[in-house]
Amino acid sequence: MTIMTYANAALEAIRQSMQSDPTVWCVGEDLGRGGVFGQYKGLREEFGEARISDAPISEAAIMGAAFGAAMVGTRPVVEMRFADFALCATDELVNQIAKARFMFGGQSRAPMVIRKPMGLWRSSAAQHSQSLESWYVHIPGLVVLCPATPQDNYSMLKAAIACDDPVVYLEHKNIWALEGDVDFDHQITLGEASTRRTGADVTIVSWSNTANLAVEAADTLADKNIDAEVIDLRSLWPWDKSAVLDSVRKTGRLVVAHESVAVGGFGAEIVATVAEQVASSLKGPVRRLGAPRSLIAYAPNLEDKMRVTAEMIVTAAQETFE
Amino acid sequence: MTIENFNTDRGLALLTVMERIRAFEEQACLAAERDKLVLGAIHPSIGQEGVAAGVMSNLNKDDIILSTHRGHGHTLAKGASSVAMMRELLGREGGCCGGKGGSMHIADFEVGMLGANGVVSANITIAAGAAHAIKLLGDDRIVVDIFGDGAINRGPFLEGLNWSTVFDLPILFVCEDNQYSATTKTSSMTGGDGPAARATALGLRATEVDGNDAEAVADVAAEICARLRAGGKPEFLHAVTYRQTGHTSFDPAAYRPEGEAAKHRLENDPIARQRDILLTAGISEQALTDIRGEAQAEMIEALRLAAASPFPDDDTVFLDVQDLGSPAVEAY
Repeated sequence: MTIMTYANAALEAIRQSMQSDPTVWCVGEDLGRGGVFGQYKGLREEFGEARISDAPISEAAIMGAAFGAAMVGTRPVVEMRFADFALCATDELVNQIAKARFMFGGQSRAPMVIRKPMGLWRSSAAQHSQSLESWYVHIPGLVVLCPATPQDNYSMLKAAIACDDPVVYLEHKNIWALEGDVDFDHQITLGEASTRRTGADVTIVSWSNTANLAVEAADTLADKNIDAEVIDLRSLWPWDKSAVLDSVRKTGRLVVAHESVAVGGFGAEIVATVAEQVASSLKGPVRRLGAPRSLIAYAPNLEDKMRVTAEMIVTAAQETFE
Repeated sequence: MTIENFNTDRGLALLTVMERIRAFEEQACLAAERDKLVLGAIHPSIGQEGVAAGVMSNLNKDDIILSTHRGHGHTLAKGASSVAMMRELLGREGGCCGGKGGSMHIADFEVGMLGANGVVSANITIAAGAAHAIKLLGDDRIVVDIFGDGAINRGPFLEGLNWSTVFDLPILFVCEDNQYSATTKTSSMTGGDGPAARATALGLRATEVDGNDAEAVADVAAEICARLRAGGKPEFLHAVTYRQTGHTSFDPAAYRPEGEAAKHRLENDPIARQRDILLTAGISEQALTDIRGEAQAEMIEALRLAAASPFPDDDTVFLDVQDLGSPAVEAY
């Protein structure tokens, strides 16, 4: 067990994957100098410039070329720098990568991980702050992962690199420096949720950095004699329905919380599934927290209007008892 | 070309490939219009066969190609089975892609054909990546990426060609210029001095060739492929041809100037030109007729077999989407 940051846990996952599999390589802008957030620091010295590949500012080519290389026997880790910039490579991801295996009748695979740092990062404004995870869940062919802790960023990235499907890997860029215990031997099965806190009174479902806020909220709720269970989905496709449904059967109350826009967000999918399958277990109103359907501003006071906070999760959990 | 050093075997092989492509597409068009067996759009390359035949004659089975929505010719020329291709056009079991792709997504990885593409220009970055992998793995294969003249007006053209020079990749980009971007004359939509000039500006060695002269295409592609196999830098070939049909088999192409297509059919058909070359080289009329007859018989049989094949099993609908979170396990 080692204490590591969220960023370094991922770096270690890549290092170990590259050591054990010579077909793993990384490609993206500025990787030669460790990547824009330092997530690749030291890897070029260890693995050389061919495997830690500096790319031109050509997101479509980074994505498309990595895909071509994935079909020809390599396992690329694609760095998109900011999730927002990955939109320049939408055709490559949605029309090409996600569909090739199916369209070609199973002749091809695209074993690749597409890293898209996402989320609010103080005063980064509308083009460097988005959380678009629900878009990707809507695209058959893709696996969608949202790690929230250093341990998960290590274990999930290793598993993603080993996975034969294309994986959209959404790290939250506001928690690069978040520290936590990391056990290199801890393996996780992609698609399984993590119960971050066990509780009997209300289920809070979340992912990415908002899951960390949900854990904070649960501590506050405990002081108010509300025993909250926090389920960190970690993986949005596939998602761990049984973990959520079992928890709601137990607690009878549900809050879903995510940083991305609430309207059309993945929280709606969770609430709909609960409504379809365990509505009779519900003892109170369901609460769904997400950003307003508006744009992220630069000014801190305006930016904060878009946030889902731990306090808001506490309030929402209390409201499920009304 | 001088008749003295003419390579008869290659000349006959080029004609054979072109006749097979022509016959395949004529049957495919009949299957679409007469028989209503091809349900989706098909984009014939009738009149453009010289590019497919000439370029592919220089590739090995394990070399890689990527193609476009107008890709039957390249796929056949690379060695795919005409029966499996026809089944795919009809959406049948035993099609190259199990009936899931159809004409626009035809692929045969066994012969290095990594997919036609329904999105114009999209194959350019993917092909560059295939070459990138070859270089990373230390293989000695090469990649040929084929796209149309319309593709040079999309971003992946710039990004993909630049990528190939930045990483010095073993790839030949072929712009098969049939002069039309769907239903629009490409020259009316393209600034600057055309495909080769753009490629040159991005650092590629660019060559222009008459794409309806299969011998010339084969000659120039042979030189380029030899340079690539010797570790050379990425190259670009602008092959000018002409699309004798509409954009799709159902498009009457009324937007073309009166007489333009007829003139090309009469004076600039790659198959007729190759036949003339072979006749001049002393090949008998009968031999040429036999080649055409065999090609037509092959494709009539391919259509017969395809039409007699069942549709894919319903149970395949959720297969080959993804392993993790497969719709076969959970689709909702």
